[in-house]
Amino acid sequence: MNLLRSEFILPSLKESVKKLNPFTLCKNPVMFVVEIGSVITTVVTLRNFFSGESVFLPLQVSIWLWATVIFANFAESLAEIKGKARAESLRSTKNLLIATRISESGKEEQVNAALLKKGDIIVVHEGDTIPGDGDIIQGTGLIDESAITGESAPVIRESGGDRCGVTGGTKLLSGNIKIRIAVNQGESFLDSMIKMVEGAKRQKSPNEAAMDILIIALTILFLIVVVTLPAFAKYMGLSISITVLVSLLVCLMPTTIGGLLPAIGIAGMDRVLQHNVIAMSGRAIEAAGDVNIVLLDKTGTITLGNRMASEFIPADGVDMKLLIEDAMYSSLADETPEGRSIVILAKKELGIHGGDIRQPEDSAFIPFTPETAMSGIDMQGKKIRKGSLQAIEELLKKNNLVIPDKIYTAVDQVSMAGDTPLVVVSDNVVLGVVRLKDIVKSGIAARIAQLRNIGIKSVMITGDTHLTAASIAAEAGLDDFIAQAKPETKLTLIRKYQNLGNLVAMIGDGTNDAPALAQADVAVAMNAGTQAAREAANMIDLDSSPTKLLDIVEIGKEILITRGALTTFSIANDVAKYFAIIPAIFAVKYPALGVLNIMRLESAESAVLSAVIFNALVIPALIPVALRGVKYSVTSVSALLRRNLLIYGFGGIILPFIGIKLIDMLIKVV
Amino acid sequence: MKLIDIAALLIFFTALISASLVLGKYMMKVFSGSKTFMTPVIHPIERLIYKVCSIDESSEMTWKSYAFGFILFNIAGIILLTAIQVAQGYLPLNPQKLPGVKWDSALNTAISFVTNTNWQGYSGEMTMSYFTQMTGLTVQNFVSAGIGMAAGLALIRGFTRKESATVGNIWVDMIRSILYVLIPLSIITAVILMSQGVIQNFHSYVTAETLEGGKQILPMGPAASQIAIKQLGTNGGGFFNVNSAHPFENPTFISNLVENFSILLIPCAFVFMFGYMLNNRKQGQTIFITMTLLFAIGLSLVLWSDYRINPLYENAGITNVQNMEGKETRFGMFWSSVWSESTTVTSNGSVNSMHDSYMPLAGMVQMFNMGIGEVIYGGAGVGLIGFLFYVILAMFVAGLMIGRTPEFMGKKFGPYEMGMSLVALLLPMCTAVILASIAVSIQPGLSSLNNPSAHGLSEILYAYFSAVGNNGSAFAGLNANTLFYNSTLSIALLAGRFATVLPAIAIAGSLAQKKIVPDSAATFPTRGILFVAVVAGVIIIMGALTFFPVFALGPVLEHLFVQQSLSF
Repeated sequence: MNLLRSEFILPSLKESVKKLNPFTLCKNPVMFVVEIGSVITTVVTLRNFFSGESVFLPLQVSIWLWATVIFANFAESLAEIKGKARAESLRSTKNLLIATRISESGKEEQVNAALLKKGDIIVVHEGDTIPGDGDIIQGTGLIDESAITGESAPVIRESGGDRCGVTGGTKLLSGNIKIRIAVNQGESFLDSMIKMVEGAKRQKSPNEAAMDILIIALTILFLIVVVTLPAFAKYMGLSISITVLVSLLVCLMPTTIGGLLPAIGIAGMDRVLQHNVIAMSGRAIEAAGDVNIVLLDKTGTITLGNRMASEFIPADGVDMKLLIEDAMYSSLADETPEGRSIVILAKKELGIHGGDIRQPEDSAFIPFTPETAMSGIDMQGKKIRKGSLQAIEELLKKNNLVIPDKIYTAVDQVSMAGDTPLVVVSDNVVLGVVRLKDIVKSGIAARIAQLRNIGIKSVMITGDTHLTAASIAAEAGLDDFIAQAKPETKLTLIRKYQNLGNLVAMIGDGTNDAPALAQADVAVAMNAGTQAAREAANMIDLDSSPTKLLDIVEIGKEILITRGALTTFSIANDVAKYFAIIPAIFAVKYPALGVLNIMRLESAESAVLSAVIFNALVIPALIPVALRGVKYSVTSVSALLRRNLLIYGFGGIILPFIGIKLIDMLIKVV
Repeated sequence: MKLIDIAALLIFFTALISASLVLGKYMMKVFSGSKTFMTPVIHPIERLIYKVCSIDESSEMTWKSYAFGFILFNIAGIILLTAIQVAQGYLPLNPQKLPGVKWDSALNTAISFVTNTNWQGYSGEMTMSYFTQMTGLTVQNFVSAGIGMAAGLALIRGFTRKESATVGNIWVDMIRSILYVLIPLSIITAVILMSQGVIQNFHSYVTAETLEGGKQILPMGPAASQIAIKQLGTNGGGFFNVNSAHPFENPTFISNLVENFSILLIPCAFVFMFGYMLNNRKQGQTIFITMTLLFAIGLSLVLWSDYRINPLYENAGITNVQNMEGKETRFGMFWSSVWSESTTVTSNGSVNSMHDSYMPLAGMVQMFNMGIGEVIYGGAGVGLIGFLFYVILAMFVAGLMIGRTPEFMGKKFGPYEMGMSLVALLLPMCTAVILASIAVSIQPGLSSLNNPSAHGLSEILYAYFSAVGNNGSAFAGLNANTLFYNSTLSIALLAGRFATVLPAIAIAGSLAQKKIVPDSAATFPTRGILFVAVVAGVIIIMGALTFFPVFALGPVLEHLFVQQSLSF
């Protein structure tokens, strides 16, 4: 962990002393009680000093109790410090921003970015920093988002479509764009990021709140156990000093988890940030650990987004070479990815390289229109067209021609395989069929298998036909798919799953995803997506990588596991501490109870002190675990629990026996 | 310990499990309103009661009305029962002409019977008239068990229902548990007991001449019917002062087995019923296994502790003796120990041997069983409630450790469930410890003690653990019929009852509203050995951490004294 460097440690230490202020410390009840205990033992030390009684034990205990509080504060400060530094730099970026606003009269005016309102239209010129969040309404720009994402490769954003969102604080490298500001001052991405990393907006997640209740309840329980103890002791004819009682209380209270709990949450948020994801709340990250269904868009998430030509199927009596050539010519000027892929495949099949093929002279490219559903080329007196079966059928019908049966068979075969057939005709003669295949992204099947291993079902949503969807789903190993989905399908589907008790995650980028994102329990928006999508989401993936969800789920789980593990450890530790302190208290009067001193600790004083010292030292010792998180490994749930129970439960019982004994031996030497 | 005893115990448990499975399925049908073979006989009576009390059988309650009904019924019961006792001198069926009971004892008894505890600070045959026994105490034996089962049903429905605003109807649940379960079983048990010689009459007390020529008064009364329900309903209040050690209450080895069986029957059946109601038989079985594991651990410790030769005897040159003090020879060491474990894990509290006379560590196990809240089988209905609180706690820790928001049976737990469970678990424990610490500090508390030092401490601790656990058994060395004990024990009784049941109904309301999350590969499997280990571990650790210091000073220290042949 690179946090354990002097540049972080020194300011954190300073901060942890500041946090001794009882008014701020009372937010952490366990540590607040420890602080009260420290004050009590300190007073006892002073009293004993002036009355001439032994100060050794109270003094030592006081020192270690204060150390316990400081160690706990230190853990929290250390977790916060990185976020604070990042917030500082973000804030300085924000303060310097100047915007060029277009007023209602159409004039350009320079204003401070802080004065921008929702709906304002601004102009950004090449080299300027974009002053606020919004959507591009005119122009295309190459944008450096490194200030926010840390990613140095610039991205293209353009008006229209789902890649129009820009973020304040990023830099326009080239182009001139007009932006409509989409959020008011204080609600921008930069603002929420600053708040998030600073922890000011950090709400407690339900799990954290439940954990707080558990810790407080245990504190009260042990408070009662300790407060009633003198009465029972007195009945049995012995008295217990206040110092020992305070020591016993602090040792029994769940100080380990109480001290590290804030750090675990903050460090978790920080780890999410390191994965380049901005989470709007800790709640969303922890919910990710519970997700059992994830909705994935086909295009761009599972497939590369474009279909690629993969095969030419000639008609009866048509030369394969003729089909390939004509298909290639018809696509030469076709800038769509499908068109380009036909050219690439054709060149490969024909064995030609580079620029050997040029669009013939006196040719005219016929671009694709939704009306004709065809594109093609008129060249050398030939009219080559390619298009869907229906479009070509229409074309031939006009000339009272029909498509040969073999082509129908080929088209069916291609469709059955889930691919898209394109029929190629030259002067109304059907040459053959081009198979366009959806290419599943490499590695996606492995990712989906991983999701399944951790108990998450993946469901694909696509507007494609059932056959296409089924084939892709099978290839990517999806659990389910919804074909021929309309934009509103996503929303109804999420509701349906939620009504069955599922927690649904969704990744989206488009404006029409926004309602579904708002409904999903965990909604991740691509940073490249529209403003609407980003607002509806509770997490934004700065890398716009659709499989990021897996990382988020893991971090969510790790936060929970860390909390559970350290709580178990904290409670398990109590067993050894009892065996150290109880015989120390009682064996004075009843030597028989010395049998409980199974660690054979040196003396009553050193037993109490060893337990207190162990209790204090275990906090800094576990800071790395709290900050890094207990690793989540994709194994079976039972194996995971067995491992954690063994390490933190059983280990939590055994370790303090050894630790306390060692400290006791050290005290003896000193 | 003979092999035959262990074999007999295994047969006993096999019979118990078989009967509980059948009863559990039957109860599932009864409480879900399905037809059973008893319906034709009982339904007319049931309908009549609904009509008289103007209860709408089909209407359901929110958790708040359910809880309100519970409180109302308990308070009414306390007032009525106190009144009957105070006024018994003017009431019929009082051949012994017993006077009215003093108010503090009457109130304590009323609270104790209403809370299904049956702590008896008095001696039954010397204090209560037949009228009081029958219309007061016996009625409460039925209704306090019935309403406890109703509370358990509400919590079960919290798990079985989804997105429901209601958790059942407390009156219907209570009436059904009495009519369909408690009364028929009581009749069967009473008949068997009478065949063994348990008395059932309304005679006035008989004076007999002993062999030595002395005179002895033999109390009479309708014992069999009350004993049947005291065992079945985990009540435990004896008809006679020495409870089921009395030859009129428990005359033979067979009657002992039958009574011990009926102590455990309904609590065990309730667990299986939980599984049936969840449509998840295995879950019921897993919980039963967890409880049985804890039962076996406790029983082993009791047997180990009492079968060892007491060093005090050994030093006196007496060998080859068991610790038979306070035990009946017709039951023997083994079956007395089984009973003592059974009666303290359930909230029964009837005794066939004197717990005060067990070896110290056996006494510690008995106190532990009660102190953790009587969750190993536990009281009728409320035992499962207490166990489920520990399940919530265990699933919280285990759930987090596998990276999931804690859940059980598809219901996710939030801060609300956590808070309520902790109140229910810790409030009774803390009440017991605080009240005991007061009792050992002040004169009214100490003056009731008959034994000094560590054993005296155990006697006081036992009284309060018994009260918060709504158990009702006692270390007899303590004279608890004083103003101080009557009032502080009453507080403990109420804390034990209300702090358990009300949070349970509140949780039921919250859980019933939630959806049921379907199981997936990431869900913690709650039907395996890991579940057993985690829940049993949480129960033991929670109890051990709370009681370590007091047990060290009480039973553990006494045990060490005995080992060193120290006595007082």
